[in-house]
Amino acid sequence: MNPAFSAEDEAFRREIRAFAQASLPDDLKRRGGYDYHPRRDDQARWTRILADKGWSVPHWPVAYGGTGWTGLQRYIFEEEMRLAHAPTIDRIGTELVAPVLYTFGSEEQRQSWLPGIRTGETYWSQGFSEPGAGSDLSSLRTRAVRDGDDYIVSGQKTWTTEGHHADMMFLLARTDAEVKPQAGLSAILVDLTSPGITRRPIWTIEEGLTVNEFFFDEVRVPAANLVGQEGAGWSYAKFLLVNERTNSAEVPHTKRDIAQLRDIARIERKNGRPLIEDPRFRARLARIEIDTMALETAVLRALSAGGHGGGAIASLVKVRGSELRQRIADLAADALGDHGVVLCLNPEGEDRLFEDGLTSPVPDHGIGIAAKALFRRATTIYGGANEIQRTLIAKTVLEL
Amino acid sequence: MDFDYSSEQEALRDSVRRFVEREYDWERRFSLLRSPAGVDPAHWATFAELGWLGAGLSEEDGGFGGGATENALIAEELGRGLVTEPFIAHVVATQILAAVESDAVAGLVMGETRIVPALQEANGRGDWKVIESEASESGTLSGTKTLVEGAAFADRFILSARSPKGVGLYLVDAQVPGVTLKPYRTVDNRRVADIDFHDTPALELAVGAVAEAAIDHGMDHGIVALCGEALGIMDAALWATRDYLKVRKQFGTAIGNFQALQHRMADMLIETEMVRSLLYRAQGAIASSDPAARAAAISAAKAAVSTAGPYVGGQAIQLHGGIGVTEELNISHYYRRLFVIARQFGDADLHMDRFAAAVDRNAIPA
Repeated sequence: MNPAFSAEDEAFRREIRAFAQASLPDDLKRRGGYDYHPRRDDQARWTRILADKGWSVPHWPVAYGGTGWTGLQRYIFEEEMRLAHAPTIDRIGTELVAPVLYTFGSEEQRQSWLPGIRTGETYWSQGFSEPGAGSDLSSLRTRAVRDGDDYIVSGQKTWTTEGHHADMMFLLARTDAEVKPQAGLSAILVDLTSPGITRRPIWTIEEGLTVNEFFFDEVRVPAANLVGQEGAGWSYAKFLLVNERTNSAEVPHTKRDIAQLRDIARIERKNGRPLIEDPRFRARLARIEIDTMALETAVLRALSAGGHGGGAIASLVKVRGSELRQRIADLAADALGDHGVVLCLNPEGEDRLFEDGLTSPVPDHGIGIAAKALFRRATTIYGGANEIQRTLIAKTVLEL
Repeated sequence: MDFDYSSEQEALRDSVRRFVEREYDWERRFSLLRSPAGVDPAHWATFAELGWLGAGLSEEDGGFGGGATENALIAEELGRGLVTEPFIAHVVATQILAAVESDAVAGLVMGETRIVPALQEANGRGDWKVIESEASESGTLSGTKTLVEGAAFADRFILSARSPKGVGLYLVDAQVPGVTLKPYRTVDNRRVADIDFHDTPALELAVGAVAEAAIDHGMDHGIVALCGEALGIMDAALWATRDYLKVRKQFGTAIGNFQALQHRMADMLIETEMVRSLLYRAQGAIASSDPAARAAAISAAKAAVSTAGPYVGGQAIQLHGGIGVTEELNISHYYRRLFVIARQFGDADLHMDRFAAAVDRNAIPA
């Protein structure tokens, strides 16, 4: 029992920190500080810089470009990236799709797709949810019908994160309607420039664009793009979703948010004194920090035990982590006083619902906060709603 | 970084579990609670014999080479069995005496003498830093200490008092004139006492910064052990409730099949695991050379225990229904102990304040 980072881990942290300080361009750092959904060009630039250093996909097997770091080192790396305000790099490709490809994909698929993910040239989306299949993925209806060397895909996908940036989609479709629902699903890689695909942006609660809807009208996809076995798509999707949940504790991001909130609370004033001295604010902040410390230690426990700790711990930290992300964003909005309710779009964003010709009065330290507080309502829904996670915990850990 | 217990630590856990199984079953516990002394003095002798009284003390301090982890482990298993022996008070006493290099440690570790900390006062509301007891120029003590566990069996007390030279730490014989015990029970069936001291002769152990540091050191160890005890109780309450949900039938089905109850159980598990995580963190931080990091981690654990403990205990009652509030079932006893632990050595508010002050170096104290 020694719950402290080793001297080697601390030296590793210094190395990462020095690299981030030396290599992160100022404009990326500024936009990273605002913390809106990152622009594709920012993500691509930073991924390229990391790839040149050999650090863009730390968790991959070394043969495909991974670093061979321990789970703890990867955690430290992520923490330093967030504290440095580096852009978050595309996770759909690097953390969700790629592990499925190098675990279940063919050698040709690995050679074709992994390099582009590693360097940030190719962007991926995941095509799971449908209007009629949210938490209950097994009920999805998008079909892929075999026709010679192709599949013909028809149907609709929704909540497609990064769909507006994506070149490719990891699609879950029904290839067999005769068997029981889970057994009839297959995973297929779809080039989003194929004829017959229509994309529609879904503007979200903070007037931002991160998710999309896709319509497939008899889209031809080479059968070689089938991942693994036909009918095994359900197990690949579950594998991918466990990875998603483990990461969705998002402790490094919450720690970064706490550091930012402390800065805000030193600038903002209440009754003529810095807000950070207000007892009620201090109590709310302390509670969040304590809960974050607990969650971080739970994640570190899972990491030091090796791997991601399996499904049960993933569900547990997903529930707590997603709720914490909401609480910290809410407290940050409170800390801004009047400015906490002001619509403040990304001043350097690439997407606008419409131009209102108005100027937001939000000071620099408050940019991005209200948008974050609103969009974080989604954290307890995506990656498997928290109610689904609670049921999973009850079934798998408590065996109820 | 590793979070695994060593084989020696696992053996220690097993030995406490065996004691609870063999010597502390539910009937035995009830008969002890209702006996005049409230505990069986032979049990303390067993603790000494099995090495538990020195397991959490380094060899150079006169113990058997362990530390906070061993104490928390023992307390966790005692908590699981709702054992009412004042083990936490023992941890505080040994750590304070070790910090001031007192030779009284040896008798304590062997179970030959009973030295009990009496640090708390009513006006402190759990904050051991609030001290109104006074030490005179001639070295006698006057004041009142509250909620002193194990007072009835004490040979000596460790007292804090304000002296002309600053906060002092003292040893007082229990049998000397001017010491008056007022024994009572807390809701968890612990035997405690308020103790009045009036011009009581005392031996000075330390004064000033050394005394304050020794008290903090002892309290930090006591809090970590107390959090260990809380974890054992929370875990026991959680799994007892799980078992009940599988067998209790209503509306023609085991009530564990109802999703509302499953989700409540999931939340109880999450809270328990978060407390376990913070306990591990506190065990690691107690040896830290950074006092702020140490205070933050320990108070984080205690603040969490003070809220999550009664939450888990309370939900265990709720999911049991009426039987959960009865005297006969262990569930109400889990809750009672968690109710007391939540307030012992400072409540959630006190520890959130201490945490915030430790974390925010730029904060200006009120």
